[in-house]
Amino acid sequence: MKHYEVEILDAKIREKLCFLDKVEPHATIAEIKNLFTKTHPQWYPARQSLRLDPKGKSLKDEDVLQKLPVGTTATLYFRDLGAQISWVTVFLTEYAGPLFIYLLFYFRVPFIYGHKYDFTSSRHTVVHLACICHSFHYVKRLLETLFVHRFSHGTMPLRNIFKNCTYYWGFAAWMAYYINHPLYTPPTYGAQQVKLALAIFVICQLGNFSIHMALRDLRPAGSKTRKIPYPTKNPFTWLFLLVSCPNYTYEVGSWIGFAIMTQCLPVALFSLVGFTQMTIWAKGKHRSYLKEFRDYPPLRMPIIPFLL
Amino acid sequence: LDINERDGGKGKLESRKFQKENRTHLPRLSSRGSLSKELYKILFFFRWLVLAIAMVRFYMEKGTHRGLYKSVQKTLKFFQTFALLEVRIVPTSVLVTGVQVSSRIFMVWLITHSIKPIQNEESVVLFLVAWTVTEITRYSFYTFSLLDHLPYFIKWARYNFFIILYPVGVAGELLTIYAALPYVKKTGMFSIRLPNKYNVSFDYYYFLLITMASYIPLFPQLYFHMLRQRRKVLHGEVIVEKDD
Repeated sequence: MKHYEVEILDAKIREKLCFLDKVEPHATIAEIKNLFTKTHPQWYPARQSLRLDPKGKSLKDEDVLQKLPVGTTATLYFRDLGAQISWVTVFLTEYAGPLFIYLLFYFRVPFIYGHKYDFTSSRHTVVHLACICHSFHYVKRLLETLFVHRFSHGTMPLRNIFKNCTYYWGFAAWMAYYINHPLYTPPTYGAQQVKLALAIFVICQLGNFSIHMALRDLRPAGSKTRKIPYPTKNPFTWLFLLVSCPNYTYEVGSWIGFAIMTQCLPVALFSLVGFTQMTIWAKGKHRSYLKEFRDYPPLRMPIIPFLL
Repeated sequence: LDINERDGGKGKLESRKFQKENRTHLPRLSSRGSLSKELYKILFFFRWLVLAIAMVRFYMEKGTHRGLYKSVQKTLKFFQTFALLEVRIVPTSVLVTGVQVSSRIFMVWLITHSIKPIQNEESVVLFLVAWTVTEITRYSFYTFSLLDHLPYFIKWARYNFFIILYPVGVAGELLTIYAALPYVKKTGMFSIRLPNKYNVSFDYYYFLLITMASYIPLFPQLYFHMLRQRRKVLHGEVIVEKDD
Protein backbone atom coordinates (compact mmCIF):
# COMPACT_ATOMS: atom_id res chain seq x y z
CA MET A 1 0.00 0.00 0.00
CA LYS A 2 1.44 3.30 -1.08
CA HIS A 3 1.59 5.89 1.60
CA TYR A 4 1.01 9.58 1.07
CA GLU A 5 3.00 12.49 2.31
CA VAL A 6 1.11 15.56 3.42
CA GLU A 7 2.61 18.98 3.86
CA ILE A 8 0.59 21.73 5.46
CA LEU A 9 1.32 25.36 4.66
CA ASP A 10 -0.08 28.54 6.09
CA ALA A 11 -2.57 29.90 3.55
CA LYS A 12 -1.55 33.51 4.01
CA ILE A 13 2.22 33.48 4.34
CA ARG A 14 2.87 30.07 2.74
CA GLU A 15 5.12 29.04 5.57
CA LYS A 16 5.51 25.28 6.01
CA LEU A 17 3.82 24.38 9.25
CA CYS A 18 3.85 20.63 9.29
CA PHE A 19 5.03 17.63 7.33
CA LEU A 20 3.32 14.30 7.72
CA ASP A 21 4.76 11.22 6.15
CA LYS A 22 3.37 7.69 5.91
CA VAL A 23 -0.21 8.87 5.76
CA GLU A 24 -2.68 6.15 4.78
CA PRO A 25 -4.48 6.73 1.46
CA HIS A 26 -7.89 6.30 3.09
CA ALA A 27 -7.11 8.77 5.81
CA THR A 28 -9.80 11.39 6.17
CA ILE A 29 -9.29 15.11 6.57
CA ALA A 30 -10.50 14.70 10.15
CA GLU A 31 -7.63 12.32 10.85
CA ILE A 32 -5.13 14.66 9.23
CA LYS A 33 -6.46 17.48 11.39
CA ASN A 34 -5.85 15.37 14.46
CA LEU A 35 -2.27 14.69 13.36
CA PHE A 36 -1.76 18.41 12.76
CA THR A 37 -2.98 19.21 16.24
CA LYS A 38 -0.25 17.02 17.67
CA THR A 39 2.43 19.37 16.36
CA HIS A 40 0.40 22.55 16.97
CA PRO A 41 -1.76 21.90 20.03
CA GLN A 42 -3.18 25.44 20.08
CA TRP A 43 -4.97 24.72 16.81
CA TYR A 44 -7.48 22.05 17.78
CA PRO A 45 -9.30 20.41 14.84
CA ALA A 46 -12.44 22.56 15.10
CA ARG A 47 -10.34 25.67 14.44
CA GLN A 48 -8.63 24.26 11.38
CA SER A 49 -9.66 25.00 7.86
CA LEU A 50 -7.69 22.88 5.41
CA ARG A 51 -7.96 23.48 1.70
CA LEU A 52 -6.32 22.51 -1.55
CA ASP A 53 -6.03 26.11 -2.66
CA PRO A 54 -5.16 29.02 -0.34
CA LYS A 55 -8.25 30.87 -1.47
CA GLY A 56 -10.43 27.86 -2.10
CA LYS A 57 -13.19 26.21 -0.12
CA SER A 58 -12.53 24.26 3.06
CA LEU A 59 -12.22 20.54 2.73
CA LYS A 60 -14.77 18.50 4.63
CA ASP A 61 -13.83 16.28 7.53
CA GLU A 62 -15.22 13.23 5.72
CA ASP A 63 -13.14 13.78 2.55
CA VAL A 64 -10.71 10.96 1.91
CA LEU A 65 -7.13 11.74 0.98
CA GLN A 66 -6.83 9.44 -2.00
CA LYS A 67 -10.06 10.76 -3.51
CA LEU A 68 -8.71 14.32 -3.61
CA PRO A 69 -6.99 15.69 -6.72
CA VAL A 70 -3.51 15.43 -5.22
CA GLY A 71 -0.35 13.54 -6.00
CA THR A 72 1.31 11.24 -3.49
CA THR A 73 2.71 14.37 -1.86
CA ALA A 74 -0.30 16.46 -1.02
CA THR A 75 -0.05 20.14 -0.22
CA LEU A 76 -2.79 21.48 2.02
CA TYR A 77 -3.26 25.08 3.04
CA PHE A 78 -4.23 25.93 6.60
CA ARG A 79 -6.35 28.77 7.86
CA ASP A 80 -7.09 29.46 11.51
CA LEU A 81 -10.81 29.88 12.02
CA GLY A 82 -10.28 31.47 15.40
CA ALA A 83 -11.46 30.30 18.77
CA GLN A 84 -14.47 28.04 18.42
CA ILE A 85 -17.40 27.28 20.62
CA SER A 86 -19.86 24.44 20.29
CA TRP A 87 -23.29 25.09 18.84
CA VAL A 88 -24.93 23.44 21.82
CA THR A 89 -23.19 25.83 24.22
CA VAL A 90 -24.22 28.85 22.16
CA PHE A 91 -27.84 27.75 21.91
CA LEU A 92 -28.14 26.97 25.60
CA THR A 93 -26.67 30.31 26.60
CA GLU A 94 -28.66 32.40 24.17
CA TYR A 95 -31.96 30.72 25.16
CA ALA A 96 -31.43 30.52 28.91
CA GLY A 97 -30.89 34.30 28.99
CA PRO A 98 -34.32 35.39 27.74
CA LEU A 99 -36.06 32.82 29.92
CA PHE A 100 -34.41 34.19 33.04
CA ILE A 101 -34.46 37.88 32.06
CA TYR A 102 -38.16 37.94 31.24
CA LEU A 103 -38.95 36.51 34.67
CA LEU A 104 -36.93 39.27 36.35
CA PHE A 105 -39.30 41.79 34.77
CA TYR A 106 -42.40 39.66 35.38
CA PHE A 107 -41.71 39.47 39.10
CA ARG A 108 -40.84 43.17 39.08
CA VAL A 109 -37.51 42.73 40.73
CA PRO A 110 -36.26 45.98 42.40
CA PHE A 111 -34.60 48.79 40.43
CA ILE A 112 -36.52 48.14 37.22
CA TYR A 113 -39.76 49.95 37.91
CA GLY A 114 -40.46 52.42 40.71
CA HIS A 115 -39.94 51.15 44.28
CA LYS A 116 -43.63 51.07 45.04
CA TYR A 117 -44.02 48.36 42.37
CA ASP A 118 -41.31 46.00 43.67
CA PHE A 119 -42.51 42.39 43.60
CA THR A 120 -46.06 43.41 42.78
CA SER A 121 -48.13 41.51 40.28
CA SER A 122 -49.92 42.81 37.19
CA ARG A 123 -53.71 42.95 37.36
CA HIS A 124 -54.06 42.00 33.69
CA THR A 125 -54.62 38.33 32.82
CA VAL A 126 -52.87 38.76 29.48
CA VAL A 127 -49.63 39.68 31.24
CA HIS A 128 -49.62 36.36 33.11
CA LEU A 129 -50.52 34.51 29.94
CA ALA A 130 -47.71 36.25 28.07
CA CYS A 131 -45.21 35.17 30.69
CA ILE A 132 -46.35 31.56 30.38
CA CYS A 133 -46.09 31.68 26.58
CA HIS A 134 -42.70 33.36 26.53
CA SER A 135 -41.26 30.99 29.12
CA PHE A 136 -42.75 27.95 27.41
CA HIS A 137 -41.19 29.05 24.14
CA TYR A 138 -37.70 29.21 25.53
CA VAL A 139 -37.99 26.06 27.64
CA LYS A 140 -39.07 24.28 24.48
CA ARG A 141 -36.03 25.66 22.66
CA LEU A 142 -33.68 24.54 25.43
CA LEU A 143 -35.11 21.03 25.47
CA GLU A 144 -34.93 20.82 21.70
CA THR A 145 -31.29 21.85 21.79
CA LEU A 146 -30.52 19.12 24.29
CA PHE A 147 -32.65 16.30 22.91
CA VAL A 148 -33.91 16.96 19.42
CA HIS A 149 -31.56 18.87 17.15
CA ARG A 150 -28.81 17.16 15.18
CA PHE A 151 -26.15 19.67 14.25
CA SER A 152 -24.14 19.34 11.04
CA HIS A 153 -21.40 21.57 12.37
CA GLY A 154 -19.95 21.05 15.80
CA THR A 155 -18.70 24.57 16.38
CA MET A 156 -18.96 28.21 15.39
CA PRO A 157 -16.60 31.18 15.95
CA LEU A 158 -16.45 32.35 19.54
CA ARG A 159 -17.49 35.93 18.82
CA ASN A 160 -20.87 34.67 17.63
CA ILE A 161 -21.91 33.99 21.18
CA PHE A 162 -21.53 37.66 22.09
CA LYS A 163 -23.39 38.80 19.03
CA ASN A 164 -26.21 36.29 19.46
CA CYS A 165 -26.63 36.78 23.17
CA THR A 166 -26.77 40.55 22.78
CA TYR A 167 -29.58 40.10 20.26
CA TYR A 168 -31.66 37.59 22.22
CA TRP A 169 -31.07 38.97 25.69
CA GLY A 170 -31.40 42.59 24.57
CA PHE A 171 -34.73 42.07 22.85
CA ALA A 172 -36.05 39.90 25.68
CA ALA A 173 -35.32 42.67 28.18
CA TRP A 174 -36.83 45.32 25.93
CA MET A 175 -40.08 43.39 25.38
CA ALA A 176 -40.37 42.23 28.97
CA TYR A 177 -39.95 45.77 30.25
CA TYR A 178 -43.10 46.99 28.53
CA ILE A 179 -45.29 43.94 28.90
CA ASN A 180 -44.71 43.79 32.64
CA HIS A 181 -44.77 47.54 33.16
CA PRO A 182 -47.22 48.94 35.73
CA LEU A 183 -48.55 51.23 32.98
CA TYR A 184 -49.07 48.41 30.49
CA THR A 185 -52.17 48.80 28.30
CA PRO A 186 -53.97 45.53 27.46
CA PRO A 187 -55.00 44.78 23.85
CA THR A 188 -57.65 47.00 22.26
CA TYR A 189 -60.04 44.16 21.41
CA GLY A 190 -59.75 42.52 24.79
CA ALA A 191 -60.28 38.82 25.41
CA GLN A 192 -61.19 38.10 21.78
CA GLN A 193 -57.86 39.39 20.58
CA VAL A 194 -55.97 37.49 23.25
CA LYS A 195 -57.79 34.22 22.49
CA LEU A 196 -57.11 34.48 18.77
CA ALA A 197 -53.47 35.34 19.37
CA LEU A 198 -53.08 32.44 21.80
CA ALA A 199 -54.51 30.04 19.25
CA ILE A 200 -52.06 31.25 16.63
CA PHE A 201 -49.20 30.95 19.11
CA VAL A 202 -50.07 27.41 20.23
CA ILE A 203 -50.62 26.12 16.69
CA CYS A 204 -47.33 27.57 15.55
CA GLN A 205 -45.43 26.19 18.52
CA LEU A 206 -46.83 22.72 17.82
CA GLY A 207 -46.03 23.16 14.16
CA ASN A 208 -42.47 24.26 14.87
CA PHE A 209 -41.93 21.29 17.16
CA SER A 210 -43.38 18.88 14.59
CA ILE A 211 -40.99 20.13 11.95
CA HIS A 212 -38.02 19.79 14.29
CA MET A 213 -38.97 16.19 15.00
CA ALA A 214 -39.47 15.46 11.32
CA LEU A 215 -36.06 16.91 10.47
CA ARG A 216 -34.46 14.90 13.24
CA ASP A 217 -35.97 11.69 11.92
CA LEU A 218 -34.47 12.42 8.53
CA ARG A 219 -30.98 12.16 9.87
CA PRO A 220 -29.71 9.12 11.76
CA ALA A 221 -27.78 9.74 14.99
CA GLY A 222 -24.16 10.77 14.47
CA SER A 223 -24.48 11.21 10.73
CA LYS A 224 -24.36 14.34 8.64
CA THR A 225 -26.47 13.13 5.73
CA ARG A 226 -28.90 15.47 4.05
CA LYS A 227 -32.19 14.40 2.53
CA ILE A 228 -35.24 16.17 1.15
CA PRO A 229 -37.83 16.56 3.92
CA TYR A 230 -41.36 15.39 3.05
CA PRO A 231 -44.75 15.67 4.78
CA THR A 232 -45.53 12.88 7.24
CA LYS A 233 -48.77 11.73 8.86
CA ASN A 234 -48.58 14.72 11.20
CA PRO A 235 -50.75 17.49 9.65
CA PHE A 236 -48.36 20.15 10.85
CA THR A 237 -45.69 18.76 8.52
CA TRP A 238 -47.92 19.17 5.48
CA LEU A 239 -46.51 22.68 5.23
CA PHE A 240 -43.47 20.96 3.68
CA LEU A 241 -45.57 20.78 0.51
CA LEU A 242 -45.36 24.53 0.20
CA VAL A 243 -42.14 25.66 1.90
CA SER A 244 -38.61 24.41 2.37
CA CYS A 245 -38.25 25.66 5.94
CA PRO A 246 -41.62 25.41 7.67
CA ASN A 247 -39.90 25.55 11.04
CA TYR A 248 -39.08 29.19 10.29
CA THR A 249 -42.58 29.81 9.00
CA TYR A 250 -44.06 28.52 12.25
CA GLU A 251 -41.52 30.48 14.28
CA VAL A 252 -42.50 33.76 12.66
CA GLY A 253 -46.14 32.79 13.18
CA SER A 254 -45.52 32.23 16.90
CA TRP A 255 -44.02 35.65 17.35
CA ILE A 256 -46.77 37.32 15.36
CA GLY A 257 -49.21 35.60 17.67
CA PHE A 258 -47.29 36.85 20.68
CA ALA A 259 -47.25 40.38 19.26
CA ILE A 260 -51.01 40.37 18.75
CA MET A 261 -51.50 38.95 22.23
CA THR A 262 -49.47 41.62 23.96
CA GLN A 263 -50.11 44.47 21.49
CA CYS A 264 -46.58 45.60 22.14
CA LEU A 265 -44.59 47.34 19.41
CA PRO A 266 -41.17 46.03 20.52
CA VAL A 267 -42.51 42.50 20.10
CA ALA A 268 -43.61 43.36 16.57
CA LEU A 269 -40.15 44.77 15.85
CA PHE A 270 -38.51 41.64 17.24
CA SER A 271 -40.74 39.54 14.98
CA LEU A 272 -39.77 41.65 12.01
CA VAL A 273 -36.05 41.39 12.65
CA GLY A 274 -36.35 37.67 13.28
CA PHE A 275 -38.38 37.26 10.11
CA THR A 276 -35.72 39.07 8.09
CA GLN A 277 -32.95 36.87 9.43
CA MET A 278 -34.92 33.67 9.01
CA THR A 279 -35.81 34.60 5.45
CA ILE A 280 -32.12 34.94 4.66
CA TRP A 281 -31.45 31.53 6.20
CA ALA A 282 -34.45 29.97 4.46
CA LYS A 283 -33.37 31.29 1.09
CA GLY A 284 -29.89 29.90 1.64
CA LYS A 285 -31.24 26.52 2.67
CA HIS A 286 -33.63 26.49 -0.28
CA ARG A 287 -30.81 27.28 -2.67
CA SER A 288 -28.62 24.49 -1.33
CA TYR A 289 -31.54 22.03 -1.55
CA LEU A 290 -32.02 23.02 -5.18
CA LYS A 291 -28.32 22.62 -5.88
CA GLU A 292 -28.03 19.27 -4.18
CA PHE A 293 -31.22 17.57 -5.33
CA ARG A 294 -32.28 17.49 -8.98
CA ASP A 295 -35.73 16.27 -8.12
CA TYR A 296 -36.52 18.95 -5.57
CA PRO A 297 -40.27 19.75 -5.51
CA PRO A 298 -40.80 22.84 -7.67
CA LEU A 299 -43.87 24.15 -5.84
CA ARG A 300 -41.92 24.94 -2.68
CA MET A 301 -40.91 28.45 -1.67
CA PRO A 302 -38.26 29.13 0.99
CA ILE A 303 -40.38 30.45 3.86
CA ILE A 304 -43.80 31.87 2.89
CA PRO A 305 -46.05 29.73 0.70
CA PHE A 306 -46.24 31.08 -2.85
CA LEU A 307 -44.63 34.37 -1.89
CA LEU A 308 -41.14 34.29 -0.44
CA LEU B 1 -18.34 43.49 5.51
CA ASP B 2 -15.72 44.01 2.83
CA ILE B 3 -12.59 45.64 4.03
CA ASN B 4 -13.33 49.17 3.02
CA GLU B 5 -11.38 52.25 2.38
CA ARG B 6 -12.76 55.06 4.37
CA ASP B 7 -12.76 58.70 3.70
CA GLY B 8 -12.44 61.52 6.16
CA GLY B 9 -15.35 63.16 7.91
CA LYS B 10 -17.63 60.13 7.74
CA GLY B 11 -17.55 60.02 3.97
CA LYS B 12 -18.16 57.04 1.76
CA LEU B 13 -16.25 53.86 1.11
CA GLU B 14 -14.84 51.97 -1.82
CA SER B 15 -14.79 48.23 -1.89
CA ARG B 16 -11.32 46.82 -1.60
CA LYS B 17 -12.08 44.13 -4.09
CA PHE B 18 -12.73 46.91 -6.55
CA GLN B 19 -9.38 48.48 -5.78
CA LYS B 20 -7.57 45.20 -6.27
CA GLU B 21 -8.96 45.01 -9.78
CA ASN B 22 -7.93 48.49 -10.73
CA ARG B 23 -4.85 49.03 -8.58
CA THR B 24 -5.28 52.77 -8.95
CA HIS B 25 -8.56 53.10 -7.00
CA LEU B 26 -10.19 54.68 -10.01
CA PRO B 27 -13.77 53.79 -10.80
CA ARG B 28 -13.73 52.45 -14.32
CA LEU B 29 -16.48 53.75 -16.55
CA SER B 30 -17.41 50.46 -18.13
CA SER B 31 -17.14 48.21 -15.10
CA ARG B 32 -19.67 50.22 -13.18
CA GLY B 33 -22.04 50.27 -16.10
CA SER B 34 -24.04 53.37 -16.56
CA LEU B 35 -22.72 56.72 -17.59
CA SER B 36 -25.33 58.39 -15.45
CA LYS B 37 -23.53 57.28 -12.29
CA GLU B 38 -20.40 59.11 -13.38
CA LEU B 39 -22.43 62.16 -14.23
CA TYR B 40 -23.91 62.14 -10.76
CA LYS B 41 -20.41 62.18 -9.28
CA ILE B 42 -19.52 65.26 -11.27
CA LEU B 43 -22.78 66.84 -10.23
CA PHE B 44 -22.08 66.12 -6.58
CA PHE B 45 -18.68 67.75 -6.92
CA PHE B 46 -20.30 70.91 -8.15
CA ARG B 47 -23.01 70.90 -5.54
CA TRP B 48 -20.48 70.83 -2.73
CA LEU B 49 -18.56 73.58 -4.49
CA VAL B 50 -21.74 75.64 -4.68
CA LEU B 51 -22.30 75.11 -0.99
CA ALA B 52 -18.74 76.13 -0.16
CA ILE B 53 -18.99 79.29 -2.21
CA ALA B 54 -22.31 80.17 -0.58
CA MET B 55 -20.76 79.79 2.84
CA VAL B 56 -17.71 81.87 2.04
CA ARG B 57 -19.81 84.63 0.47
CA PHE B 58 -22.08 84.73 3.48
CA TYR B 59 -19.20 85.06 5.88
CA MET B 60 -17.57 87.78 3.85
CA GLU B 61 -20.77 89.79 3.63
CA LYS B 62 -21.97 89.40 7.17
CA GLY B 63 -18.71 89.01 9.03
CA THR B 64 -20.28 86.49 11.39
CA HIS B 65 -21.36 82.89 11.36
CA ARG B 66 -24.73 83.73 12.88
CA GLY B 67 -27.48 82.95 10.46
CA LEU B 68 -25.08 80.98 8.27
CA TYR B 69 -26.96 77.79 8.82
CA LYS B 70 -30.24 79.46 8.00
CA SER B 71 -28.99 80.67 4.65
CA VAL B 72 -27.37 77.45 3.51
CA GLN B 73 -29.88 75.09 5.00
CA LYS B 74 -32.09 74.77 1.95
CA THR B 75 -29.15 73.86 -0.24
CA LEU B 76 -27.69 71.60 2.37
CA LYS B 77 -30.92 69.69 2.99
CA PHE B 78 -31.62 69.37 -0.69
CA PHE B 79 -28.23 67.96 -1.50
CA GLN B 80 -27.84 65.89 1.63
CA THR B 81 -31.14 64.16 0.96
CA PHE B 82 -30.04 63.60 -2.60
CA ALA B 83 -27.07 61.86 -1.09
CA LEU B 84 -29.42 58.91 -0.67
CA LEU B 85 -28.65 58.25 -4.29
CA GLU B 86 -25.02 57.84 -3.39
CA VAL B 87 -25.87 54.58 -1.75
CA ARG B 88 -26.40 53.14 -5.22
CA ILE B 89 -23.85 55.16 -7.14
CA VAL B 90 -20.60 55.17 -5.22
CA PRO B 91 -18.65 51.91 -5.67
CA THR B 92 -19.10 50.79 -2.11
CA SER B 93 -20.88 48.40 0.17
CA VAL B 94 -24.52 49.45 0.28
CA LEU B 95 -24.79 48.80 3.99
CA VAL B 96 -21.82 50.97 4.94
CA THR B 97 -22.67 53.84 2.60
CA GLY B 98 -26.19 53.61 3.93
CA VAL B 99 -24.92 54.07 7.47
CA GLN B 100 -22.84 57.08 6.52
CA VAL B 101 -25.60 58.76 4.57
CA SER B 102 -28.15 58.14 7.30
CA SER B 103 -25.86 59.64 9.91
CA ARG B 104 -25.50 62.79 7.78
CA ILE B 105 -29.24 62.94 7.25
CA PHE B 106 -29.70 62.44 10.98
CA MET B 107 -27.50 65.48 11.70
CA VAL B 108 -29.19 67.68 9.13
CA TRP B 109 -32.84 66.80 9.72
CA LEU B 110 -33.07 65.50 13.24
CA ILE B 111 -30.66 67.88 14.88
CA THR B 112 -30.00 71.12 13.08
CA HIS B 113 -33.31 71.41 11.27
CA SER B 114 -35.48 70.40 14.19
CA ILE B 115 -33.70 72.15 17.00
CA LYS B 116 -33.67 75.80 15.99
CA PRO B 117 -31.80 77.23 18.99
CA ILE B 118 -28.58 75.43 18.06
CA GLN B 119 -28.46 76.62 14.47
CA ASN B 120 -26.21 79.51 15.39
CA GLU B 121 -23.71 77.46 17.31
CA GLU B 122 -20.10 77.58 16.18
CA SER B 123 -20.02 73.81 16.19
CA VAL B 124 -22.44 73.78 13.25
CA VAL B 125 -19.96 75.74 11.18
CA LEU B 126 -17.30 73.29 12.25
CA PHE B 127 -18.94 70.23 10.78
CA LEU B 128 -20.34 72.08 7.78
CA VAL B 129 -16.85 73.16 6.82
CA ALA B 130 -15.42 69.71 7.47
CA TRP B 131 -18.10 67.97 5.37
CA THR B 132 -17.80 70.50 2.55
CA VAL B 133 -14.04 70.33 2.19
CA THR B 134 -14.05 66.55 2.45
CA GLU B 135 -16.70 66.11 -0.17
CA ILE B 136 -15.16 68.58 -2.59
CA THR B 137 -11.86 66.74 -2.30
CA ARG B 138 -13.47 63.37 -2.72
CA TYR B 139 -15.65 64.24 -5.67
CA SER B 140 -12.93 66.15 -7.45
CA PHE B 141 -10.88 62.99 -7.02
CA TYR B 142 -13.61 60.99 -8.74
CA THR B 143 -14.12 63.61 -11.43
CA PHE B 144 -10.46 63.95 -12.33
CA SER B 145 -10.07 60.20 -12.32
CA LEU B 146 -12.86 59.95 -14.83
CA LEU B 147 -11.10 62.42 -17.06
CA ASP B 148 -8.01 60.24 -16.67
CA HIS B 149 -6.02 63.22 -15.49
CA LEU B 150 -5.53 62.99 -11.76
CA PRO B 151 -3.18 65.60 -10.35
CA TYR B 152 -1.12 64.14 -7.53
CA PHE B 153 -2.29 66.98 -5.33
CA ILE B 154 -5.87 65.76 -5.43
CA LYS B 155 -4.85 62.25 -4.47
CA TRP B 156 -2.59 63.69 -1.75
CA ALA B 157 -5.43 65.86 -0.50
CA ARG B 158 -7.87 63.00 -0.39
CA TYR B 159 -5.59 60.89 1.74
CA ASN B 160 -4.27 63.64 3.99
CA PHE B 161 -7.04 66.16 4.61
CA PHE B 162 -9.02 63.61 6.56
CA ILE B 163 -6.35 63.58 9.25
CA ILE B 164 -7.57 67.01 10.34
CA LEU B 165 -11.03 67.08 8.82
CA TYR B 166 -12.31 63.89 10.35
CA PRO B 167 -11.70 64.85 13.98
CA VAL B 168 -12.90 68.40 13.24
CA GLY B 169 -16.13 67.10 11.72
CA VAL B 170 -16.72 64.70 14.58
CA ALA B 171 -16.03 67.44 17.12
CA GLY B 172 -18.51 69.70 15.37
CA GLU B 173 -21.19 67.04 15.32
CA LEU B 174 -20.68 66.04 18.95
CA LEU B 175 -20.64 69.62 20.20
CA THR B 176 -23.81 70.35 18.27
CA ILE B 177 -25.64 67.37 19.73
CA TYR B 178 -24.39 68.29 23.17
CA ALA B 179 -25.65 71.84 22.74
CA ALA B 180 -29.04 70.51 21.74
CA LEU B 181 -29.49 68.35 24.83
CA PRO B 182 -31.02 70.92 27.23
CA TYR B 183 -33.61 71.95 24.66
CA VAL B 184 -34.52 68.34 23.93
CA LYS B 185 -34.91 67.57 27.61
CA LYS B 186 -37.03 70.61 28.25
CA THR B 187 -39.42 70.13 25.34
CA GLY B 188 -39.52 66.32 25.34
CA MET B 189 -39.47 66.44 21.55
CA PHE B 190 -39.65 63.27 19.42
CA SER B 191 -40.48 61.28 22.54
CA ILE B 192 -43.29 58.86 23.37
CA ARG B 193 -44.34 58.26 26.96
CA LEU B 194 -46.25 55.44 28.68
CA PRO B 195 -49.06 54.57 28.89
CA ASN B 196 -50.07 54.19 25.26
CA LYS B 197 -51.86 51.70 23.04
CA TYR B 198 -48.71 50.12 21.62
CA ASN B 199 -46.84 49.74 24.87
CA VAL B 200 -43.67 51.38 23.73
CA SER B 201 -41.71 54.42 24.80
CA PHE B 202 -38.91 56.45 23.31
CA ASP B 203 -36.84 59.15 24.90
CA TYR B 204 -35.03 61.30 22.37
CA TYR B 205 -32.78 62.74 25.08
CA TYR B 206 -31.36 59.33 26.02
CA PHE B 207 -31.23 58.39 22.37
CA LEU B 208 -28.94 61.35 21.73
CA LEU B 209 -26.75 60.40 24.69
CA ILE B 210 -26.38 56.90 23.29
CA THR B 211 -25.63 58.32 19.86
CA MET B 212 -22.87 60.45 21.30
CA ALA B 213 -21.46 57.46 23.17
CA SER B 214 -21.43 55.42 19.98
CA TYR B 215 -18.85 57.76 18.49
CA ILE B 216 -16.35 56.42 21.02
CA PRO B 217 -16.01 52.93 19.57
CA LEU B 218 -16.70 53.98 15.99
CA PHE B 219 -14.42 56.97 15.49
CA PRO B 220 -11.05 55.33 16.34
CA GLN B 221 -11.80 52.30 14.21
CA LEU B 222 -12.64 54.36 11.16
CA TYR B 223 -9.81 56.81 11.71
CA PHE B 224 -7.14 54.15 12.04
CA HIS B 225 -8.52 52.32 9.09
CA MET B 226 -8.13 55.48 7.00
CA LEU B 227 -4.59 55.84 8.26
CA ARG B 228 -3.81 52.29 7.15
CA GLN B 229 -5.34 53.00 3.75
CA ARG B 230 -3.27 56.15 3.50
CA ARG B 231 -0.03 54.29 4.21
CA LYS B 232 -0.93 51.76 1.59
CA VAL B 233 -1.91 54.20 -1.14
CA LEU B 234 0.63 56.95 -0.65
CA HIS B 235 3.58 54.94 0.57
CA GLY B 236 2.92 51.60 -1.06
CA GLU B 237 3.20 49.73 2.19
CA VAL B 238 2.01 46.15 2.15
CA ILE B 239 -0.30 45.58 5.05
CA VAL B 240 -1.64 42.15 5.87
CA GLU B 241 -5.21 42.73 7.00
CA LYS B 242 -6.59 40.69 9.85
CA ASP B 243 -9.06 38.25 8.35
CA ASP B 244 -12.61 37.97 9.57
